[in-house]
This record gives sequence, structure tokens and C-alpha cells, in this order.
Amino acid sequence: MSLRSPLGRVLGLGSAKEGTDHWWGQRVSAVALIILGSWFVYSLLRLDSLTYLDVIRFIGVPLNAVLLSLLSMTLAYHSYLGVQVVIEDYVHAPGTKVVSLLLSRFAHVFVAIAAVYAILVIGIGS
Amino acid sequence: MAEFRLPPNSRIKKGKHFAAPAGAGTIKRFAVYRYDPDSGQNPRIDTYEVDVDSCGPMVLDALIKIKNEIDPTLTFRRSCREGICGSCAMNIDGGNTLACTRAIDVVKGDVRIYPLPHMPVVKDLVPDLTNFYAQYASIKPWLQARTPPPPDRERLQSKEDQELINEPAACILCACCSTSCPSYWWNSDRYLGPAALLAAYRWLVDSRDEATGERLDQLEDPFRLYRCHTIMNCTQACPKELNPAKAIAETKKMLAERRH
Repeated sequence: MSLRSPLGRVLGLGSAKEGTDHWWGQRVSAVALIILGSWFVYSLLRLDSLTYLDVIRFIGVPLNAVLLSLLSMTLAYHSYLGVQVVIEDYVHAPGTKVVSLLLSRFAHVFVAIAAVYAILVIGIGS
Repeated sequence: MAEFRLPPNSRIKKGKHFAAPAGAGTIKRFAVYRYDPDSGQNPRIDTYEVDVDSCGPMVLDALIKIKNEIDPTLTFRRSCREGICGSCAMNIDGGNTLACTRAIDVVKGDVRIYPLPHMPVVKDLVPDLTNFYAQYASIKPWLQARTPPPPDRERLQSKEDQELINEPAACILCACCSTSCPSYWWNSDRYLGPAALLAAYRWLVDSRDEATGERLDQLEDPFRLYRCHTIMNCTQACPKELNPAKAIAETKKMLAERRH
């Protein structure tokens, strides 16, 4: 029970003066994913086969390794922004919200670094 | 977490049935949400059989006929009965609209009538719009200018500039759009909703207003503005055929524009 005025409740803690970076970042990464994703699908279709050796050889080409790393990082970034919005939309309990956002961030950074590391190991190793 | 099921005291039960009197002409059935907080009982759906031959063409006409002739306890808001006051906004046949401008005969089958979705219900078809009005007040819906007005006349506006505010200024604040928005359902405590954002946009594009920057500052917030996920239920619901979704998109573009 609170006797705060309705307007006081709406004004709340004030404007965070952010959100535009998040919104813009989601769109920029979406455009990048259209380009990188098309390249990725096109490259896979052009491979002679999807056998282990052919794929390793594909990743071994420097430009492919760079583009694959970019794809992994952009994908993780875009996914992080999206999952953050989903959590903010639906998870309202303060503790659960912060923990979910934290776990999501850790998981996305982990996946991105792991993917880039794997690509580099294959690229440099082969 | 967001709740996806109604709390036990809000679940709807079957209600009373009011059959048409003998000798009635064309019968249309109206299934109406009823809730009386004083009774301590769950909400229910009452069905009324209405003789539409002796009734006006709009859903509001039928509601008034029900209240006058069948069940005087039915509670709803209405005033102008011509789509300009916004009082009789309710959920008819699954969509938010004004009862006074929705014709009965375009509804196939029974006419199902509920209050605006996801709002606290005061009684029957009357939702509590306190938060909705406070959100409108929060965007400072009045002209803010440092330049004093000319002493001998009003502030002038070109025809082109006036056309920018023509549409957004036609909003009647009926709340059909905001209460059709899933994002508003989940976060109406922090998301301003399409109606308040359309009103904010109306002042953002007013050539006489000099507080555009401050207005954008106040809107730039992950919840106040950016909870809009471009679902566009708002534009589909608007009984005045306005486009709140476009106004919100334009506001986001203005925020992006001022930083590049």
C-alpha cells in the first residue's frame, strides 16, 4: 500500500537516458548478420562436401576464419541484446532479473570467445 | 515472472441468461463480462438476447437498450455516442474498439463484450484508467516555448507544419491502443504505452514547441519508450485509424538522428 500519487509512480526513478544504443546495436548487428549469414550459407553450399577434412580446410583459409569469427561474435552480440529484452519483458522479481541478466551476459560472452578460439585453433593449426 | 493465468479471484464463471421476450423480432445474443467488487464473487459472463429490430445499429445502442429494458445493473461508460469522447472503449468481438462506432451487424455470431484488457476492473465494463491518465500527464502534453508569443496574435504555424500534428492531435485517449499492446500488459508500470507516446510525438513535431530536446531526454529510456517491440496492435486497434506505431518509430529515429 502506497499513498504515492499516480503521476509520482509513473515518473518513478526518472529517465535512464539510454536505450538508443541498444536499439541501434540490435539493428546494426541484424544488418551485419544478413550479410555474414548469407555468406555463410553460400559458402557451405559451395563446399565439395561437409566431411571433417573439407570443413577444416575451409576454416583454414584466413578470410574464412576472419568472417566466421565475425559471424560468431555478431551472432552472440545480437542474441545477447535479444535475450536481455526478453528477460526485461517477463522477469520482474528484482533478484531473479539481475541474476538472469548476469547469467545471460556470461553465457553469451563465453560462447563467443569459445567459438572464436576454436576457429583460431583450426585456422592456425591447419 | 509475468503471470500467464488469471489469479483465482479473476477467473470468469458462467453467469445469468436473459431470454428475449415473446414476440421479439431478429434476436442477437450479447455475452457481457460482469464483475461487481462488492459481491465478493468472481467475474461472470451474462448473456442477453436483444431484439435488434427495435434497437439502434451500434453495439452501444444495444448496451443502452440492455441497461434500460433488461438489466439496469449493467455498468459501462458512455457519453458522446459518436466516437469523439473515447468513453465507451471496450473489447468487442476480440478487439478493442469504441462501442458507439462498432456496428452490431458486422459481428458474426454472439457479440462478446469485455472491458479493456489487462486493466484493473472497477465494475463490469469500466476499467481503472488512473495509471493511463498519469502516463499522459507525465509527457507534459502542453506547449513549452521560451520565445514569448507575439503580443498581438497567436503563435503562427505554416500549413505544412500544421499537417504534421493533424493526425497525432486527433487522438481521443480512449486507451484502445495501449490496452491492446502485449508489451503494455507486461510492463504498464514503466512502459508509457502507444497512447502516451503518440501524444508525446504530437508535441515533438509541433513547430511551435521549443522543448523537443527535453522531451526526447525524458523518453529515452529502455522502458518508457523502448519497450515498444513494433507489434503494431496499437495501429490495428485504433478506432480513429491513427498510427501510434509509426509515431513511436519516428520518435526512435529522432533519438538516433540526434547522435549521428
